[in-house]
Amino acid sequence: MTATLEQPKASVRHRLAEKGVDRVLWLLVPGAVFVILLFVYPFLYGLQLSFQPKGGGNPFQNYITFFSDEYLAETVWITLRLGLPAALFNVLASIPIAFRMRGRFRGKRALTTLLVIPITLGTVLTAEGLLAFFGPTGWFNRIWLALGADEPAKLTHNYWGVLFSLIITGFPFAFLLTLSYLSGIDPTLEQAAATLGASRRQRFRTITMPLLAPGLAVTFCLSFVLAFSVFPSAVMVGNPAGETHVMSIAAYETALRDNDFAMGSAIAMLMALVMLIVIGVVLIWRTTLYRGATGGKG
Amino acid sequence: MKARPVVWLTWGALAFFMVNLVGIVGAVVTNSFAESWFGTWLPNGYTGKWYGEAWRDYRLLDVLTVTFQVAIAVVVISVLIGVPTAYALARRNFPGKKLLNVLFLLPILMPPMTYGIPLATVLYKFQLAGSMFGVIAANLVPAVPFVVLTMTPFIEQIDTKIESAARMCGANTFAIFTRVLAPLLVPGILAASILVLVRTVGMFELTFLTAGPTSQTLVVSLYEAMSSAGIRPQQMVDSMAVIYTGSMLVLLVIALRFVNPTQLVTRLKDTA
Repeated sequence: MTATLEQPKASVRHRLAEKGVDRVLWLLVPGAVFVILLFVYPFLYGLQLSFQPKGGGNPFQNYITFFSDEYLAETVWITLRLGLPAALFNVLASIPIAFRMRGRFRGKRALTTLLVIPITLGTVLTAEGLLAFFGPTGWFNRIWLALGADEPAKLTHNYWGVLFSLIITGFPFAFLLTLSYLSGIDPTLEQAAATLGASRRQRFRTITMPLLAPGLAVTFCLSFVLAFSVFPSAVMVGNPAGETHVMSIAAYETALRDNDFAMGSAIAMLMALVMLIVIGVVLIWRTTLYRGATGGKG
Repeated sequence: MKARPVVWLTWGALAFFMVNLVGIVGAVVTNSFAESWFGTWLPNGYTGKWYGEAWRDYRLLDVLTVTFQVAIAVVVISVLIGVPTAYALARRNFPGKKLLNVLFLLPILMPPMTYGIPLATVLYKFQLAGSMFGVIAANLVPAVPFVVLTMTPFIEQIDTKIESAARMCGANTFAIFTRVLAPLLVPGILAASILVLVRTVGMFELTFLTAGPTSQTLVVSLYEAMSSAGIRPQQMVDSMAVIYTGSMLVLLVIALRFVNPTQLVTRLKDTA
């Protein structure tokens, strides 16, 4: 370490350096100031603002209003009902596809690029596309009707439209994460099991899955965060006043449309709380899993 | 190897997903070139005029300039703040390091809306919202931690002996940074910058909450165009969306040349 190379001028400095405190830590100052000023301070400001309701009175009034107003309280379930299935689907669907993508084969790079392209679409193009493609006169419903259906499937301006949008934008991330965790597992472990006579199913259940599970937990958390903060697509392809009135819409509308920043902050804080609870549960479950070396590059 | 049903099912589901995706993108691209398109398989005629009208009506040159300025400012500032922080976090063990690590992880883990609304409130209080400054500041919140997160493993893999050797040869700290570390870190900085660039151009929520009429980036004005449609034809919004996707695609292709996506995420694992 460079610390031991510096000539200690005072014993205090020497003792601090042994704990790792020396001049290098000055480099942390800009970063720490930044994160405190632009993240910690606004967050705490929002927290205390949420206890100062616009009309005065009971400091918990905003939270009481949130849970007693059915239209607002319902947003929690609406958001979870969209975010959890979307994250779960994205993680589960990327496992078999990532499995097929292991090893080398022709066109692997092209296929990976193809799977990652939806990142570039952005929510608006996805929304416009979903409205046009799945709409009542869109290509999907034309084929659907030609196949003998009685009436066009209703897939836009409701729950399904938003769910599709979340899958299209969230799947590439889940897939990339899963693929990288999977390629971090040493294939020789599986080969050794095969030599000992383990069947494909046994190898998957007892070797690959336990090594992959902690990574899947992290993938699920990150996918959930992405799906949980759904805002633009819930407005455009959903039914923002009813079925897909998610927490971020409620927070935005109260804060910036109705100018009730206190109530908006309260909803934002509740959003953070719900998200931390879900992530906390998943991460606690993760600690019960095997977390040793996976033998690979990861 | 005998093909098993699971394999067929996987490829089949993937093909179904891809067909739908092509349909979704195809519908938008087709519509952006359509004369008019109502309830038929294909439009009545094709034209490129919507691109020109969208370019003029939505003042896309101004919007793209703002997007570019914001993105570059965010990249430069986040690298300047993030790299020294990542260096200190990678090289030193000090009391309170865990807390600082959590503080740098939270802005990435939190949905932008949760800290975006309090941040917008604070920025409005100090009359900074609605300006370029506010947009840049808001976008820096996830960008700086992202640089720290991607750079820390990069710095950890550089042998400390190299620095010690440079010091033995008489280099001071500044010289070590500029002559020894910086050249070694260029690939990492490049990768982090491109990812921050892609994220900033695509970041909707934070820009939406803090932008004023003259400081909108492309995503936000695209959203505004779509939600205030009605007077203008749908095709204009669609052609604008195609322009957005085209520029994102260029950025992503450039990014994929410098960054191996699977490696990138493996690095995330150590910190997450």
